Amino acid sequence: MGAIDFNKRAANLLVWLLLGTMPYWMTAIGGYVELGSRAVVLGLGAMSLNFLLGYTGVLSFGHAAYFGLGAYGAGMMIRYVAPSTGLAIATGILVGTVAAAIIGPLIIRLRGVYFAMVTIAFGQVFYFIAFRWNAVTGGDDGLTGWTRLPIDLGFTQIDILHNPIAFYYLVLVLFAVAVGIMAFLLRSPFGRTLLAIRENERRARFLGIPVDRHIWISWIISCGFVSLAGALYALLNNFVDPRALYWTQSGDFVIMAVLGGMRSFWGPLLGAAIFVVLQDYLSSQTENWMSFLGLFFVLIVLFFPRGVLGIIRRKVTP
Amino acid sequence: MTQVVLFNIFNGLIVGAFYALMALGLSLILNLSGVINFAHGGFLAIGGYVAYTLIPYVGFWGALVLAPVLTAILGVLVERVLIRRLYGRDPLYSLLLTFGLAFIFEDGTRFIWGAQSLPFQVPGWLMAPLSSDYFFLTGYRLFMVLIVAIAVIGLFLILSYTKLGVRIRAGTLDLETVSVLGVNVRILRNMNFGMGVYLAGLAGVLAVGQLGLQPTIGSSLIMPSFVAIIVGGLGSLPGTLLGGFLIGVASGVTTVFFPSATEAVIYVMMAAVLMVRPRGLLGEEGRF
Repeated sequence: MGAIDFNKRAANLLVWLLLGTMPYWMTAIGGYVELGSRAVVLGLGAMSLNFLLGYTGVLSFGHAAYFGLGAYGAGMMIRYVAPSTGLAIATGILVGTVAAAIIGPLIIRLRGVYFAMVTIAFGQVFYFIAFRWNAVTGGDDGLTGWTRLPIDLGFTQIDILHNPIAFYYLVLVLFAVAVGIMAFLLRSPFGRTLLAIRENERRARFLGIPVDRHIWISWIISCGFVSLAGALYALLNNFVDPRALYWTQSGDFVIMAVLGGMRSFWGPLLGAAIFVVLQDYLSSQTENWMSFLGLFFVLIVLFFPRGVLGIIRRKVTP
Repeated sequence: MTQVVLFNIFNGLIVGAFYALMALGLSLILNLSGVINFAHGGFLAIGGYVAYTLIPYVGFWGALVLAPVLTAILGVLVERVLIRRLYGRDPLYSLLLTFGLAFIFEDGTRFIWGAQSLPFQVPGWLMAPLSSDYFFLTGYRLFMVLIVAIAVIGLFLILSYTKLGVRIRAGTLDLETVSVLGVNVRILRNMNFGMGVYLAGLAGVLAVGQLGLQPTIGSSLIMPSFVAIIVGGLGSLPGTLLGGFLIGVASGVTTVFFPSATEAVIYVMMAAVLMVRPRGLLGEEGRF
């Protein structure tokens, strides 16, 4: 037990150390800071999804909807209402979370593939709204004409617009808060109950646990964090387009979680990092990156279903 | 006005027929094997492109017969090599695998046939309007409805009266018992997958005559098929058929009154159905 505990702490330390120093080694290994920001933002999205997928055992395939709503919420706040980065992020989270809370009751009674199918189909509503409502969302061309803005702390200004490193650290701080809350929730009695539901839903029900309500709350939490990721994604690109809402984006999140390891806390982050680097590399090398990405999906499912961390853990604790 | 409304209802019925054909294939596979085949749209596109390639050699009618069969053979191979390994594992994995396949198919068709929309030759006499008052009533549209009707009736006859069909229906209810009774379940699932993909290929040939041929045709048609299944009720083929026509007509009618909601309306319908009847219109209680 002590050894595992030690391993866990060492792993946590390593993750935070790598994340904290990223801008300083990223360029040295041939990347760029925005790539790191992208990996952390999408990693947050994948970890949020995994809260539901890996820890509650509910197969959601529609997280892009809330990711995209967060992105549009943030972008539209700056574009139309108030030029404030903080308000934009708050709006993004609010929009995504409220939408999830409303749709939740319609889907929480469904399970398995049915749940996956309904969540992915619901996501399309928001896609078509963003796509069709040209006047407000910019339609297919996306929402342009705005940028993220420096954060004014009163005594000093942090220029996250022109300094990518400053923006990275903003992302990292919010990531740390979100991940901290998720870790705290998973250790709480509530989180343990979610694990119980994942392991044996029927037994949990017999023990008097209101399973549907727990899944609903877990769904809202998961979608809330994914909309934070969406808001940050919009700020990162200074741009939102309907593809952030499209169903293929949901699949990307799921594959990140699976690739890294669904049953480990940091797995989805690792999966996101690999995914982002690979996508960046493929799309610069070949026009047919979609085929390679598809092949990548197939290979992971056939040969790495436990994900990278799942394999490592198996070797460490036989 | 009546003419416009009639036109759009009729249009909706045709679109609904597509959705139904596609959704029936998806439903067949989902019911027996528990696999959501994301690549179904890709199979549809391949059906269309194969028909396009075949037409210069065998003509429209030959392509209409051959292309779906070739697509089905590809489907059988895919099931045999890839999907079979995933039965009995978490449904997540078959979802991801077919998701990846959908990417490969879309990009593959773009690579082979190009990204631009291709012209698709349908016999001229089929394209002529049948009546000057109802200009939209072209022969091709009626012909499509007819083919869809034949395919659907054929499917239900196979399922009701052939050994294979009865086994598929029994397997949908309890695959383990069917297996214990001495039916080779592997072959059964394989054939069933092929049948589902055949319907996608047929829908592909018909769809391109109407919508034109482009690599994204599959990914734009797959989501409405999901909605058709959900609205109609999981596990029920008649439900899927009903769902397809319902959402087709609904989006057709919406086009008249509120064109920008044409695509969104089917999802609103889905939400309404789930609110009142979570299992779908004709779905069985407690199946999912």
